[in-house]
Parts: sequence; C-alpha cells; structure tokens
Amino acid sequence: MIVTAIAFYVFAAITVAAGFMVIAARNPVHSVLFLILAFFNAAALFVLMGAEFLALMLVVVYVGAVAVLFLFVVMMLEIDLAEMREGFLQYLPVGGLIGFILLVELVLVLGAWTFAPEAAGVAAHPAPDIAQVDNTRALGQLLYTNYVYLFQAAGLVLLVAMVGAIVLTHRENTKAKRQNIARQVSRRRDQAVEIKKVDPGQGL
Amino acid sequence: MAIGLGHYLTVAAILFTLGIFGIFLNRKNVIIILMSIELMLLAVNINLVAFSAFLGDMVGQVFALFVLTVAAAEAAIGLAILVVFYRNRGSIAVEDINSMKG
Repeated sequence: MIVTAIAFYVFAAITVAAGFMVIAARNPVHSVLFLILAFFNAAALFVLMGAEFLALMLVVVYVGAVAVLFLFVVMMLEIDLAEMREGFLQYLPVGGLIGFILLVELVLVLGAWTFAPEAAGVAAHPAPDIAQVDNTRALGQLLYTNYVYLFQAAGLVLLVAMVGAIVLTHRENTKAKRQNIARQVSRRRDQAVEIKKVDPGQGL
Repeated sequence: MAIGLGHYLTVAAILFTLGIFGIFLNRKNVIIILMSIELMLLAVNINLVAFSAFLGDMVGQVFALFVLTVAAAEAAIGLAILVVFYRNRGSIAVEDINSMKG
C-alpha cells in the first residue's frame, strides 16, 4: 500500500510540474517535450487506477501521434522566440486571477462533495472482477457491443479529421512537369504532323 | 495512507487550472494554447478514469476513450489550420488573427 502511495505522489508531482512547464517554458520545443513527460506520467496514474488499456492508448495516441505532430509543426514554423514572450507579463494578472478563482472553486467542490448513498449500486456496466476478465477484454466487450455505433462514429470523426487536415494543407505543385493524359490522347494527327511537298532536287 | 478518489481529482483539478492559465498567459503563440487544451482534456480523462475505477463502472473508461479520439482529431485539424494560417500571414500570434474583424 505504501508503495502505491509513493508511486502516486511521484507520478502526480511530475505530471503537475510538467504541466506547469508546458505553459511556462520559454521555447515551444521544450513545451512539447514537457507535454510528452506529462502524458507519460498521466499514463502511469492510469495504470495505478487499473485502466491499463487507456494508459497504453494514452502513450500511443498522445505521445506517438499528437505530441509528435506538435513537434513537427513547432519545428516547421519559424517563430521569433524573443518577440513571443512580449505579452507575457501583460496578461499575467488577469490570467492569474481567473486561474486562482477556478482553483478555489474546484477546491470548494472537492471539499464539500460526497457520493450519493445509492451511487455505488447504479453502475451502468459494472466492471468485472479483474481476476477473471482483464481490463482490455472488459473494455472491448463493452465497446464492441453496447457502444458499437459510438465506436463507428468515433472512426468517422477521425476520418473527417484526416480528410480535413489533408484538404487544408495540400498545395498543388505548379513547378513540377506532369503528364496530361487527356491532352495526349486528344491530340490528333493534323496537329502533330505537317506534310510538305518537296520538289525533286530543290530542298525545302 | 490509502490513495483515494480525492487525490486523483485534485491532480486533475490542478492540471485543468494549469490549462486555463496557459490559455490566458500565452497570447503570442497559438501552439501553446493548443497544448493547454490538450492538458485540459487530459485532466478530464483523469477525472473520468478515476470515477470509473472507484465506482466500478466501465462506462467511464469507454467515455475517456472517445474523449481521446476527439482530442486527436482536434489536434490534427487545429494544427492544419495553424499551418495554413502561418502560410498566409507569416505569424501565429493571437493578435494577428483578426481578418474577420469588422
């Protein structure tokens, strides 16, 4: 039990510290790297809670795809680092105030909150015993039966996102020389060949 | 001491607040704002999984999976829009995004 507690505090502390560095780092590349660190530690927290499948999904999807996408974009756009920090102090008071108010509200909610007495009994899909059915199988049994339409809809969301990203960023390359098949096929003989009558011994 | 639901909710609350804070603080860089949104979605996911684990209900984890999907789609579209915007304007500062201002 004490090992779990120590692990929780270590992972939680690193997650929060990395989250803070994401918004405070001077260089956007460092921000992305701290974001990756935060995701890794959040995945560790998921493992502590017994959600192994989601933990690995977090690593694969967030670290493997989203964070690398961020890294690509940060490195592709050339950003003036000095100019970027200009408004930092200007927005610190209002941002700090709003963040502080939100944190106080969340703390008040956390302090005064209890489960309803009947809450434990009304689970829509109770988690099966971990000794018989592991987390991944339990999730799959739910996802591919009761939530299969939502699962398909999630796939559609990803498809639309992919098509949208390609449409937005695709640029027609005007410099490259390409075959125009339609023009080639519709070219007729009289456009291509000219027949000259040449008298003998005269040349053209 | 045992780690309860409240501990995880506290971590999620702090992460969410950091995300809000980041949106207000970094007015020059839209990329940091997108990363702050990712942080907030991560906080929401921690909340969902924590409640799922401590109430013994699998639906929370299913929902967290869908949040993950939407977050990935949002990041892809957001960054694509950002790249197109940078191509047209040569800047990613929030103040410069005002083409549709009357």
